[in-house]
Amino acid sequence: MKSGFPAISLRFIHVWRRNLLVWRKLAVPSVLGNLADPLLYMVGLGFGLGSMLPQMQGVSYVAFLAGGVVCSSTMMTASFEAMYSAFSRMHVQRTWDAIINAPLTLDDVVLGELVWAASKSVLSGCAVLVVAAALGLVGSALALLIIPVILLTGLVFAGLGLIITALSPSYDFFMYYFTLAITPMMLLCGVFFPPEQLPSAVRAAAQVLPLSHAVALSRPLMNGALPDHAWLHVLVLALYAGVSYGIARHLLKKRILK
Amino acid sequence: MTHLAVSGLRKSYDGREVVAGVDFELAPGECFGLLGPNGAGKTTTLRLVLGLTQPDAGSITLLDHDVATHAREARARVGVVPQLDNLDPDFTVRENLLVYGRYFGMTRADVERRIPELLDYAGLTTRADARIQALSGGMKRRLTLARALINDADLLFLDEPTTGLDPQARHLIWERLRQLMLRGKTLLLTTHFMEEAERLCHRLAIMDHGRIISIGTPRELIATTIEPEVIEVYGDGADEWAAAAGSQLALRCEKHGETVFCYARDAHALVSDLADRVNVRYLHRRANLEDVFLKLTGRELRD
Repeated sequence: MKSGFPAISLRFIHVWRRNLLVWRKLAVPSVLGNLADPLLYMVGLGFGLGSMLPQMQGVSYVAFLAGGVVCSSTMMTASFEAMYSAFSRMHVQRTWDAIINAPLTLDDVVLGELVWAASKSVLSGCAVLVVAAALGLVGSALALLIIPVILLTGLVFAGLGLIITALSPSYDFFMYYFTLAITPMMLLCGVFFPPEQLPSAVRAAAQVLPLSHAVALSRPLMNGALPDHAWLHVLVLALYAGVSYGIARHLLKKRILK
Repeated sequence: MTHLAVSGLRKSYDGREVVAGVDFELAPGECFGLLGPNGAGKTTTLRLVLGLTQPDAGSITLLDHDVATHAREARARVGVVPQLDNLDPDFTVRENLLVYGRYFGMTRADVERRIPELLDYAGLTTRADARIQALSGGMKRRLTLARALINDADLLFLDEPTTGLDPQARHLIWERLRQLMLRGKTLLLTTHFMEEAERLCHRLAIMDHGRIISIGTPRELIATTIEPEVIEVYGDGADEWAAAAGSQLALRCEKHGETVFCYARDAHALVSDLADRVNVRYLHRRANLEDVFLKLTGRELRD
């Protein structure tokens, strides 16, 4: 408890499995939602708006969009799970209190929640892949490499979400994060249009944000090409994931083990 | 051999010392009560003992583990019934036990084997597949108690186990706790119900302002702290009577609210004096733990 580094242990699996058991009760509507959401984006924006647009970077707009939505869906799912759901378990239901009365530590709980939120986001990111493949939007088998990108992106937004959860007095607080962080990333990080279209100052700012790096990896992979500077983007995402997890862990300990 | 040894324990929040030097020990098989008004430091003491917060000073040995370094290992042999209900509302009664058992590293088969006995203990055999929201307050408490026994703990911590329950539910919890004592479990319970402490605890400590101000068996505390007999006097003439006769005949009289409490070694003289009066009513009883508690911690309201 005193050490600066988390005592990593496989015990976090128990926390993860608890959440899985809850999810399994609602698995069918959850998976249907995961599939319906990207389908709506593809049909509504991709085909609807896309029919009025020229080709983007050599592919149809809907194929271009698929490479972005895979990341934004991942971001949304990880964020919701790490904020609303984790906050319920931490603050409202006191599930975490019950867990740390057993021989598990808060480190186990935080890691379990982080990996759980990332796991759920993998499911929703993969649902986008499935929808894209079904619509014939996947360029090649390279698209399978998007799966690790989804996982990494999920870990980033799970970690960031847990930071907000640690700081949050109530559910209302999450709106600030959505308004100030999630929505700007959704609109400025290249999900819907190439970031090159933005004014250079805005573009420079957007390039610091994690979603830009996720999209820079997933879009070429979706469209059958290897991304440029792939390792740089992976490194940035890994840094975001690691640092946000560290901060979240520190803040949650301060909040709960006071 | 002790199950729990606490010495020199201190903890401050924002410069206010909530636990201000606490020492006590628990022998195996004993039921030990921690009594005190709200804010006395009972719950913080429990959190410290479980290793859920770091003390500023002092040492804690829980089931042969040093809590400063091995709290997690110690908790493997401990069961906890928290003050606020934290059963998992996403699960049924049975699933609550199953999931909680896994936190102790038990396999599904291990837990499944224990579930019938625990459901029976909690009186919830017919409600095994009920959702938590469908249970009454008493049922939830009994399930929390059963959950705390999932690992067959040697030592149980119960933080105000009957707060908020109706008398029937409370008596049932007491009966269940006595069963545990018969099975040799060690219990540490916090409460502010004196009746609960008197009925259950072999030994108790009265805490106030972060310190233990008295410790002993319920009888010892009553015998050493307070006169054996009490007369409570109320009615229009109570004040007048207390000034004229009560203070002469009793060792000590205190007025609280509309009642005069007179303490005496032998209350015969008081009773015969009161018997003829028309404008006062009285109650003659033996001194109890509540008298001890109020004498030691004062009668002002705590928040």
